Amino acid sequence: MYRYDSYDQSIVDARVEEFRDQTQRRLAGQLTEDQFKPLRLMNGLYLQLHAYMLRVAIPYGTLSGRQMRKLGEIAAKYDRGYGHFTTRQNLQYNWIKLADAPDILAELATVEMHAIQTSGNCIRNISSDQYAGVSADEVTDPRPWAELLRQWSTFHPEFTYLPRKFKIAVIASEEDRSAMRLHDIGLKLVSRDGRIGAEVYAGGGMGRTPMVAPQIRDFVPEDEIVSYLEACLRVYNRYGRRDNKYKARIKILVHELGVEEYKRQVEEEYAHMRELGLNPPTEELDRIRPFFANPAYEAGLSDDLDRSDPAFALWVDRQIAAHKQPGYAIVNISLKPKGGIPGDASAEQIALVADLAETYSFDELRVTHAQNLVLPHVKKADLHAIWQKLDEAGLAEANLDLITDIIACPGLDYCSLANARSIPLAQKLSERFASAERQKDLGELKVKISGCINACGHHHAGHIGVLGVDRKGVENFQLSLGGSGAEDASVGQITGPGFSEDGVVDAIEKVTNLYVAQRQEGERFLDTYRRLGMKPFKEAIYG
Amino acid sequence: MVEFLSFREGDAAQEPAVTVESFTGQSNSTAVRIEAGEDARELLPYLDRLSLVEVNFPVYGDGRGYSAARILREAGYEGELRAVGDVLVDQLVAMRRCGFDTFRPDKALDDAAVERALNRYADVYQKTVDGRRPVWAKRHPERVNG
Repeated sequence: MYRYDSYDQSIVDARVEEFRDQTQRRLAGQLTEDQFKPLRLMNGLYLQLHAYMLRVAIPYGTLSGRQMRKLGEIAAKYDRGYGHFTTRQNLQYNWIKLADAPDILAELATVEMHAIQTSGNCIRNISSDQYAGVSADEVTDPRPWAELLRQWSTFHPEFTYLPRKFKIAVIASEEDRSAMRLHDIGLKLVSRDGRIGAEVYAGGGMGRTPMVAPQIRDFVPEDEIVSYLEACLRVYNRYGRRDNKYKARIKILVHELGVEEYKRQVEEEYAHMRELGLNPPTEELDRIRPFFANPAYEAGLSDDLDRSDPAFALWVDRQIAAHKQPGYAIVNISLKPKGGIPGDASAEQIALVADLAETYSFDELRVTHAQNLVLPHVKKADLHAIWQKLDEAGLAEANLDLITDIIACPGLDYCSLANARSIPLAQKLSERFASAERQKDLGELKVKISGCINACGHHHAGHIGVLGVDRKGVENFQLSLGGSGAEDASVGQITGPGFSEDGVVDAIEKVTNLYVAQRQEGERFLDTYRRLGMKPFKEAIYG
Repeated sequence: MVEFLSFREGDAAQEPAVTVESFTGQSNSTAVRIEAGEDARELLPYLDRLSLVEVNFPVYGDGRGYSAARILREAGYEGELRAVGDVLVDQLVAMRRCGFDTFRPDKALDDAAVERALNRYADVYQKTVDGRRPVWAKRHPERVNG
């Protein structure tokens, strides 16, 4: 875990005081809402349908037990007892009073957390792989670079008023667990001839024009990533469209210029910028790296498990991922209980997970872009005890990557942009497909629901995606198939006319029935769809 | 209230700034105004004769002027670099960091608020063109000079 030094702490503390000053001016009537809006939006505070929403950054999805406990305390004290984990590995509080926001930020700062750049047209929180540091397939732990970029992007003076928001992901594995190619810039760390560097992808994104990012550079040496990113951002800041907010993301610029022309401009700028001494020295990366070193694993632990309890065995088979250290496991904690709100956790649940992280996982946990939690370093011998505690707290659902492990945006229940309610649909789906046997039989099936075209629920990247739209004042749901946010990234195709809320649940059932009837050995839903194409699925739905 | 803010020694340039088009088309002007979307690099051949570059911010959220300013400073421009238009107190620090040294906002700024904003952050994370040492240089003084 990275720990702030006095520089990091003073910057975050100064931000708290700045925001307190701005908020007081607003509450005293010295600032109008119009004047205050750009200030609060630089700090993750949105005015939603019923209250203010505060989005707290969880840099690259890693946090300590102490930080998690603080998030739970804030939920209990300032919200209605809940926190909502988001697809960008952040946490949102949906019921915040403006007057409390400065105090919340001050409390966050005591545990080295903040809400800086969790909104606004700036570089947002850097996301990364939830298995960073513990998966066997990574080239290196991507988080030291993510932390370096967190610092570089914090209050970057040139890139604070970009044409639109800007999201960066850093991964270091072949398997992409972070939807890297659906980010404005995706970095994939690789090793070439013994040197670490990054493959760079630019212009991915969702929204109303979904695009999978093309590669723009095969290799940037690790100690030049900052200057290369400055070049990418400068070209975007200067030439990205500002006439239409729906065409303002970098994906549109890359698309309109063409990848080759964007690359050429970036290379020209990079040739200039690499001479300016913008890159931190390698000693800075060397300073950060030990914070992410392996914890003191016990050697020689057994991988054996007592599987005599069938419910426990079911959970183990679904929620546990392989750890690089013998005798250890990665535990995925589902925030998708039957009939629940995807990504929501109560203050008590948050506190429990904080305890579990401290007791069993070297005081560390992760948030995933699929709105679940991870205990990254758990002894296999402790799994049963952890499972029992999770089960008592309603957190032992065994549905990782199954049809009820649904990503959903907050939708019209909370969000002022939404056209339709995502949460009730997610709840209905999770009830329709609640049977554990049926879910297991359907296998990996990623369902993602967005309540409007902005696609916060990643519907374009769902094996099955649902987009809520407003049709003449009535909520209507469009279904799409064949998307993926993983290493085989693709954008889903719309099936045809939309449905009512119940109608789309029925349509999803028809689609899964066709898959079960048509699948070949070892095929996931996505594989069968890709083999057969849209036609038979369309016939099953509308025929 | 402050209508004009300067961090330069001596008087501000008085000559009215002309458009980029008329500036590059004539030889005797020493002050130019860049609108958002105009390419600051068109001015690079003329830096020696320039004493004022005004960069206009039509709305505070249009951040192209930050790149324009930094490009000019990176190219060695040492004359007056003035931010004009929708310039708000909360943007002064970022503008200073990108090389602006004078400001003429559409709406006058509150002196006390300016003072607070400029002194709020003791440290910065990036190297830009303002000469401030980023945190990483302070952390590794043996490695990074200056």
